[in-house]
Amino acid sequence: MEIHYLTAHQLKDILEKKQISCTEIVESVYLRIEEVGDRLNSYIRLEKESALSRAGEVDKLISAGSDIEDFMGMPIAIKDNICTKNITTTCASRILENYIPIYNATVIDRLESRNYILAGKANMDEFAMGSSNENSYFGTVKNPWDTDRVPGGSSGGPAVCVAAGEAVCSLGSDTGGSIRQPASLCGVVGFKPTYGMVSRYGLVAFASSLDQIGPLTRDVEDCAAMLNIICGYDRKDSTSINVEVPDYKSFLKADIKDMRIGVPKELMVEGIDREVKEAVYRIIKLVEDMGGIVEEISLPSLEYALSVYYIIAPSEASSNLSRFDGVRYGYRNVEARTLREMYRRSRAEGFGDEVKRRIMIGTYCLSAGYYDAYYEKAQRVRTLVINDFKKAFEKFDVLISPTSPTTAFKIGEKMEDPLTMYLSDICTIPVNLAGLPAISIPAGLSGSKLPIGLQIIGNVLREDNVLKVAYSLEKAIGFTGRPGL
Amino acid sequence: MAVLRGNLMERISKDDVKHVAKLAELEFSEKDIEKITSQLDRILEHVANISSVNTEGITPTSHILDIKNVFRDDMAEQSVTQESALKNAPDEANDGFKVPKID
Repeated sequence: MEIHYLTAHQLKDILEKKQISCTEIVESVYLRIEEVGDRLNSYIRLEKESALSRAGEVDKLISAGSDIEDFMGMPIAIKDNICTKNITTTCASRILENYIPIYNATVIDRLESRNYILAGKANMDEFAMGSSNENSYFGTVKNPWDTDRVPGGSSGGPAVCVAAGEAVCSLGSDTGGSIRQPASLCGVVGFKPTYGMVSRYGLVAFASSLDQIGPLTRDVEDCAAMLNIICGYDRKDSTSINVEVPDYKSFLKADIKDMRIGVPKELMVEGIDREVKEAVYRIIKLVEDMGGIVEEISLPSLEYALSVYYIIAPSEASSNLSRFDGVRYGYRNVEARTLREMYRRSRAEGFGDEVKRRIMIGTYCLSAGYYDAYYEKAQRVRTLVINDFKKAFEKFDVLISPTSPTTAFKIGEKMEDPLTMYLSDICTIPVNLAGLPAISIPAGLSGSKLPIGLQIIGNVLREDNVLKVAYSLEKAIGFTGRPGL
Repeated sequence: MAVLRGNLMERISKDDVKHVAKLAELEFSEKDIEKITSQLDRILEHVANISSVNTEGITPTSHILDIKNVFRDDMAEQSVTQESALKNAPDEANDGFKVPKID
């Protein structure tokens, strides 16, 4: 198989056997980017020169006898809302087009200590708001399986880089499904860890009580290896959990005998494509063949999860995005003659339509007279969602569902109707409200050769169960599809 | 059609949207106001379905962790230098951020 489609652990093996150099790996990835990059638009910025020079340094380390650690010398794509020191971090917004962070996000420091290589900054929906990657100031990202279709969002760029061989793996962020849904639509693995397991320091905030950084990879093994690097306490993030970090790779065992697996019936109802449902039923059969115990369960409050999310996330966003005022960084309208006029015009010209829409929803929900009916009420219903999950996990080790109700939809199809677009995240949003760990793995292809994703949800801090089931099912499903471009 | 929002029977009006835009320091053209009013109306109508949920005695969740206040020792450390803090400023003067006249 082509070098650019190998996983990080496969590349590590052949690096150890001296069958390849790190420079050759980086060169092959950039060759691939040159071949398909214009058609996919998955990167906002490439770092070819520095990547090649870093690769040379890593090759020297290896020939000097250094141990080869996971992801050492691997070209990795980073979503452009994760701060990289001295390298633009735009959030795919005009307002941050020229923003150059003066510090690294904690996850970047952690990767640098493992000698990773920054391939480039990946495209995304502006400020991570979107489910199709059509809301980028730098243009729509295309799905490599069918370039007339969306890759999902908001981590569309990171998902496409992994699916099309433009990076070995990538980091994205997930507020309501922004890692899992594009992973599903592009046929790769995407993981959202328990809230608080990965430091959010240096992740440009969208909705702080929901945001979490996580990996997009070609298989579950790479995903576990990446969790080993990025998870762990960070004093710079006051919502970081101070618990011992397990060796996530130790959970990669293909054995789910006697594990209890619940299927929330609220995530298998109307709006889910027939083919997507069938894929889930096929997997239920596989689970049973492997000795797992599958049962349907009801989580009644999930019916309200979308509403809760579309009050809480925009409310937090409207507050977080108030910092973009044209004073300390970012775009400024230079014609404005007074401060207030400068604020308004800079923000009106700097933000795109969806970002403005969400700032408006959030500001409305938090404004005098509406706070109790919207924001506080949503926070109470959020508690009910959490209670439903708690109850479910008394009985089950994991829950499974489709990741996305449909396969990749056509570019432009949902742009005129925000509410229909929001429904794309119906299966992933409840997980963020409860802060749970969840993965999307490829479940197969639809009749029209588009990837379908399966979501596996675990209880808080039970990444072990999620990885175990994901690894077992990945082996049983045996998905080997590659986009034909 | 009137919709139930919390305890309020009302729809969002163009004037509401203009007021909220002011609070959010945003501005829209008349044409955009029209469009965003109908979009917000539809979204708010949908999310208002939570008003039918019984939440009596339920505590609101602001985030899922048990963590309350996080304190650290009050020790002076090297922080960001003035030079790097100003690196991304659209305008600066006398080692500070420069803004238009405050109205």
